[in-house]
Amino acid sequence: MSEILSAPYVLEYTYTRSTGPVVGRFLESLRYEVLEGVKTVDGRVLCPPLEYDEDGEPTTGEFVQLRPSGIVKSWSWVEEPRKGHPFDRPFAWALIQIEGTDNAMVHVVDAEKAERMRTGMRVRLRWADKKNGSIRDIECFEPIEPFLPGPVHLEYEVNPGEHYSAYLRGLEQGKLIGGRDPESGKVYVPPRAADPVTGNPTSEYVEVTDAGVLTTFTIIRIPFEGQKLKPPYCFGAIVLDGADMPIYHLISGVPHDEIRMGMRVKAVWKPKDQWETSLENILYFEPTGEPDAEFDSYKEHL
Amino acid sequence: MRDVAIVSFAQLPSVKTIVAADEPELVQPVTSEAMKQIGLTQDDIGFTCSGSTDYLPGRPFSFVAAVDGLKAVPPIRESHVEMDGAFALFEAWVRLLHGDIDTALVFSFGKCSLGPVPAVLNLQNDPYYVQPLGLDAISAAALQAQAMIDASMASERDFAEIAARNRRNAIDNPNAHIKGDFSIDAMLDEPYLSSPIRKSFCSPLSDSAAAIVLAAGDAARKLVKRPAWIRGIDHRTEPHALGQRDLTTSPSAKLAAEKAGVGKGKVDIAELHAPFAHQEIILRQAMGLDDDVKVNPSGGALAANSLMTAGLIRFGEAANRILSGDADRAVAHTTSGACLQQNLVAVLEGE
Repeated sequence: MSEILSAPYVLEYTYTRSTGPVVGRFLESLRYEVLEGVKTVDGRVLCPPLEYDEDGEPTTGEFVQLRPSGIVKSWSWVEEPRKGHPFDRPFAWALIQIEGTDNAMVHVVDAEKAERMRTGMRVRLRWADKKNGSIRDIECFEPIEPFLPGPVHLEYEVNPGEHYSAYLRGLEQGKLIGGRDPESGKVYVPPRAADPVTGNPTSEYVEVTDAGVLTTFTIIRIPFEGQKLKPPYCFGAIVLDGADMPIYHLISGVPHDEIRMGMRVKAVWKPKDQWETSLENILYFEPTGEPDAEFDSYKEHL
Repeated sequence: MRDVAIVSFAQLPSVKTIVAADEPELVQPVTSEAMKQIGLTQDDIGFTCSGSTDYLPGRPFSFVAAVDGLKAVPPIRESHVEMDGAFALFEAWVRLLHGDIDTALVFSFGKCSLGPVPAVLNLQNDPYYVQPLGLDAISAAALQAQAMIDASMASERDFAEIAARNRRNAIDNPNAHIKGDFSIDAMLDEPYLSSPIRKSFCSPLSDSAAAIVLAAGDAARKLVKRPAWIRGIDHRTEPHALGQRDLTTSPSAKLAAEKAGVGKGKVDIAELHAPFAHQEIILRQAMGLDDDVKVNPSGGALAANSLMTAGLIRFGEAANRILSGDADRAVAHTTSGACLQQNLVAVLEGE
């Protein structure tokens, strides 16, 4: 067999198209930034307008002006546009139901990233700068964000009060300070303005140890706004030895499936040179390895 | 009504590029092979009909040139549809019902390797509202796939499983273009072409050609031991505008299947023309094919997709399983247009 010849070849048809009274009117209106639909015999509105509806009925020729916005009925994100696509940056194809109509228009949405796209989202029409009476007089649609920015910024000077100040000063020195009401004898960490049983101020400060009993706990597995740690992590209630109210802190240094109520735990502190007036001076609590506390010994703190 | 059957089928292996073949050179091997299998020549054929599109070779009236692959002296009765060859088979079936001739030759050819197929397929869109936007076939199909996901009909993993199953089926098909055991997880790691469609959810673009001979009544029985009788065949079309349709269903495939009588008996195998994996789900639902039906034992269009030929090959693959006695009742299907706009369904049975 002889060698197969090959050569480039371009096929072009320089046709012009007549548009007629329905399509033609719609396209001509786009030049003037007017979006119109056509009414069907049974009262529906089609945009883009068609000469005949899907039942084969001629549409009425009655045009209605439409708000240039709509709802995305389906979409497809194109991260790398291909030859012939209307954008050279990422965009979405979409079926868009224009407000007040009963069909959908194929067009594109300029949404910057796929994460902004979802079925049911609202979009507004963006007109092309230069118009030539074609469907591309609509440059694209763009997302309508259903949120108004509403930022609040207020500046204060706060102080934590007498008892909390004592507590935080204690932490700065690596101490856990509680408050005791002489009448009830109960010790609260942090100290409180009033003993909830007697109503008296916790007028005596006492130092409690940094070890105690884990009374209850939870494993956090879901992410949330403002979260500092990566899930999963454990958060627990610890009644420190000498205290009558739990503090709350992270439980670590132990597999999650071994954490249990009644477990003895102690604080793991940050290096001393990093101490501030904050409970964050304690990194977390970890098991001491001592025998667990009896349930009866801490049940009143649950 | 006259009984009409498929009595022979020939195809060229689907490959990325058939270099050395113009239209007659694609047509001659398959038409002569289909006739030779049953001892016929062109002189024995009452009617010849082809399906192809001139836009693939970019050559106006390439379908006329294709006749040079046939023996057309003395002049033959000939027709052509600018569609898949399966729709030419439908025309030939109608022609045989006239009763004055007993045999028909159907063929089609498609070389995707010559031109810009995505741009060509945009030409099937509305010239006023969609063509100027440049909507390619993958993006149109993606709008359909996303609508299915939104309707909780299917997941991307379902799409990948369909693609994997078809290409696994194709391992035994010497004519398939893409075949083998493909990892579903690897498919799901591919980047999106047009979300939610990834490359593996699309059929390949192949070069191929195929031919089928139809015969009526006793003429069919004389030619082969077990003709694949066309018990029902129907073609239905939906509106052109994508925005006028519910893309998650196929009322045209449903109606065509009903009219062809798909539900009148147990279906052993079905050859469905689903150029995109998600479309197999829509077609199965529309045609009422349950899990017992072996779908696309050949690998389907996901394994070999010569445009204009992949549909006729579905008819040939389904008929071969009747002709060989492997199946008693088969469904053959072909689609055309964006997002399954047109559907042709036939029921084939052995005697």
